[in-house]
Amino acid sequence: MTDTSAVSVSDRPADVAARLRKKRYAADRRLRAYGIGAITVAVGLLGILIATLVLGGYQAFTQTHVRVTFPISTQNVDADDLRGSNWRAVVTEGVENLFPGQSEEVRGLGARILTNNTQFFVRDAVIANPSLVGETLVLEVPASDPYDQLNKGVLDRDLPENRRRLTDEQIAAYDIVEEQGLVSRPFNWALFFNADSRFPEIAGLSGAIVGSFYALMICFVISFPVGIAAAIYLEEFAPRNRYTDIIEVNINNLAAVPSIVFGLLGLAVFLQIFGLPRSAPLVGGMVLSLMTLPTIIIVTRNALKSVPPSIREAALGMGASKHQVIMHHVLPLALPGILTGTIIGLAQALGETAPLLLIGMNSFITSPPGGVMEASTALPTQIFIWADSPERGFVARTSAAILVLLGFLITMNAIAIFLRQRLERTW
Amino acid sequence: MLGFLFTAIIVLSLAAFYVGRSAGNRFVAENGPATHSLAGYHGAFVAIWVGVPALVLVLLWLLLQGSVIDNLLLASLPPALTDGVAPGRMSLLLSEIKNTAVGVTFGEPSPELSAAADTWARWNVIAGWAMFVVALAVMLLAGFFAYTRLNYRFRARTNVERFLSGFMIFCSLIAIVTTLGIIVSLVAESLQFFSMVPPAEFFFGLNWEPQISIREDQIAGSGAFGAVPVFLGTLVIASIAMIVATPVGIFTAIYLVEYSGRRVRNVIKPILEILAGVPTVVYGFFAVLTVAPAIREAGSLLGFATSPNSALAAGGVMGIMIIPFISSLADDALRAVPQSMRDGSLAMGATRAETVKNVLLPAALPGIAGGLLLAASRAIGETMIVVMAAGLIASMNINPLDSVTTVTVQIVTLLIGDTAFDNPKTLAAFALGLVLFVVTLCLNVVALTIVRKYREQYE
Repeated sequence: MTDTSAVSVSDRPADVAARLRKKRYAADRRLRAYGIGAITVAVGLLGILIATLVLGGYQAFTQTHVRVTFPISTQNVDADDLRGSNWRAVVTEGVENLFPGQSEEVRGLGARILTNNTQFFVRDAVIANPSLVGETLVLEVPASDPYDQLNKGVLDRDLPENRRRLTDEQIAAYDIVEEQGLVSRPFNWALFFNADSRFPEIAGLSGAIVGSFYALMICFVISFPVGIAAAIYLEEFAPRNRYTDIIEVNINNLAAVPSIVFGLLGLAVFLQIFGLPRSAPLVGGMVLSLMTLPTIIIVTRNALKSVPPSIREAALGMGASKHQVIMHHVLPLALPGILTGTIIGLAQALGETAPLLLIGMNSFITSPPGGVMEASTALPTQIFIWADSPERGFVARTSAAILVLLGFLITMNAIAIFLRQRLERTW
Repeated sequence: MLGFLFTAIIVLSLAAFYVGRSAGNRFVAENGPATHSLAGYHGAFVAIWVGVPALVLVLLWLLLQGSVIDNLLLASLPPALTDGVAPGRMSLLLSEIKNTAVGVTFGEPSPELSAAADTWARWNVIAGWAMFVVALAVMLLAGFFAYTRLNYRFRARTNVERFLSGFMIFCSLIAIVTTLGIIVSLVAESLQFFSMVPPAEFFFGLNWEPQISIREDQIAGSGAFGAVPVFLGTLVIASIAMIVATPVGIFTAIYLVEYSGRRVRNVIKPILEILAGVPTVVYGFFAVLTVAPAIREAGSLLGFATSPNSALAAGGVMGIMIIPFISSLADDALRAVPQSMRDGSLAMGATRAETVKNVLLPAALPGIAGGLLLAASRAIGETMIVVMAAGLIASMNINPLDSVTTVTVQIVTLLIGDTAFDNPKTLAAFALGLVLFVVTLCLNVVALTIVRKYREQYE
């Protein structure tokens, strides 16, 4: 006695319904595939980015050196006036030692194998050790950029001569040196301990690292206390009214203002009105601190919020004043979270470039700054300068500099994560 | 000298703290519980009085010393040096005097110049010593004043806490001061610019050639400041970036929220964070070295004329940069949709895809839209990628294979190097900066309002 028509809800025949279902499931699978595709694209792009940097940069971590024996003859070198001596002649004699029994022409070509600054290396070595006068000096001298590339295999010997940066004769001269076993390729410490130079083979990052360090110190010294104080006021003391609302909206917006606008502010106010020196890490640090401030305020407020009210109530109940509650109990408990956020904010500041360009931290400076008021570059601006340089050797150096910068960023973030895991309490 | 002064301030403040604290300890020993404040607060009170006024004084002094001495020096210069010199040349004269004083000279300086240099050096030394002496006097006087106020009934804690509150309010006002500083400096320089170039030309002109003649009578040296091509170029590059980043970001978020398991999520999320943490100068280098040549090769294979610094390269790489930004904001928006809505839809027999399309996306739309606006504002304000990978010459075209320029590129190229603040070329950068600031501010305010409203809806 059952009425089957009442049970059948759908008028669709079974095969139509099955087809429809199939279509709907296919749509579902499609969306899932799009998702996987999108993630693959994002992760793949990151992979390509890192692979290009590593492949382009790893060779800059070694540098071709040539062992040269310089005779420090008293004829060329005056022991009483080392700075004014004829170091160029000393280098020429050293080059002669590289090419025993070769023609003048080959030696002329061979002189280019050594970096242009060879005479200064020799001079500094003798000044450091004056007893060498009259003796011979054996020195590992950096090879100049094209020969460095040749030794690393970047410069292809099989290319036709007119498409190479070195002629056949130049390569032949280099081969004479190499056959004597004088060429070596040690780790490129100069990358970390030399300052910038026009010659890629002796250009290094020390000026940029020191400049970035000073700027970050200034940034930290300003933004850390100011950020914490502002956050405590807004989170714990401020009444909820129109003025505090304005401050709050303001901070959120400040966090989203393009970084170059902060550069304009630094240029117009710090340089123009206050007359602070151009290119100084002090100004860079001040501009960066204005950019880091909103980040620190926001993370500090979140850290303060996560301290449970029971702590505050217990302290208040014991008769502590509101300031004492915060200074003695809430702030210490929130500190790990604040530190984590601060380090991440400083890592962002370390990678920031645009505002530093506007205040002139992209100058060509060949010595590390001696203080916060001296002209200097920073790591990201150094990368920008090198990326603009035409020499082939600077391409590898730029990638290497980027790897160094990323190394610093990863270290800072790792410290932040470590702090968070070790110190942060969950309630 | 300066380091010495700061050390002196710190050391004297510490000494003041110990003196004040020992006074506090004495009060406690003599009067017991009748003492109002703990000994440490007495110490802190004296230390604040010693350290803070001196510190403020030194900082103000340092800020003003340079310009005060410059002005006094200019006023004292003999008329032989200043007669008939344009105001713009005065700063040149000043730096010449300073260079002479430090010993960086080309050729023999004139006697007036070396006399001025001597005066400058002498005044600087005097100012340095004066600052030192005044700061020391201020510290001693303030410390003495604070110390005499201490007694067992003195409310040291209340005073210290009042100072702390004041300091905190001052710090939270710094955010406002920064914003005001940005607005005032941009508006002031822009007004100066608009007094030289009519606003109508700037906002509607189609020709951007901000080169200013070096000689007065130079041909074609007047410079044209029609910013429309620059705005158009910015729009082209930002649009390319959004076209690249929006689908990838949103699909990533949908997959991570709706499909993936916990483990996949825990792997992918940090990777996206790395992508977000890469400095923009690195993306710029990537664009120049890898992406632009690749696009050029591909273009010439397909027979298109492709510029070496095509908008596509800069925009595409900028797109990569904002993928994590969009995906994390879309992720937040999708997660904020209550589980009950998801469950309801699935219980009605809808597939996951149908749930996403018909329930989640409509519900999360305001949040996602806010996120997209924030991403667009970031794309417009992004500097390094375009400075390195986009072109310099402004032209009215929207062909992504051609080279275009952006607002930020123009700001950087106009201001890099030594800048004089009295010609329209420099000031134009500030006018562009003002436009950039206003546009991004509007986008941010709208986006943040949308996101906040939407969040409240489900709370």
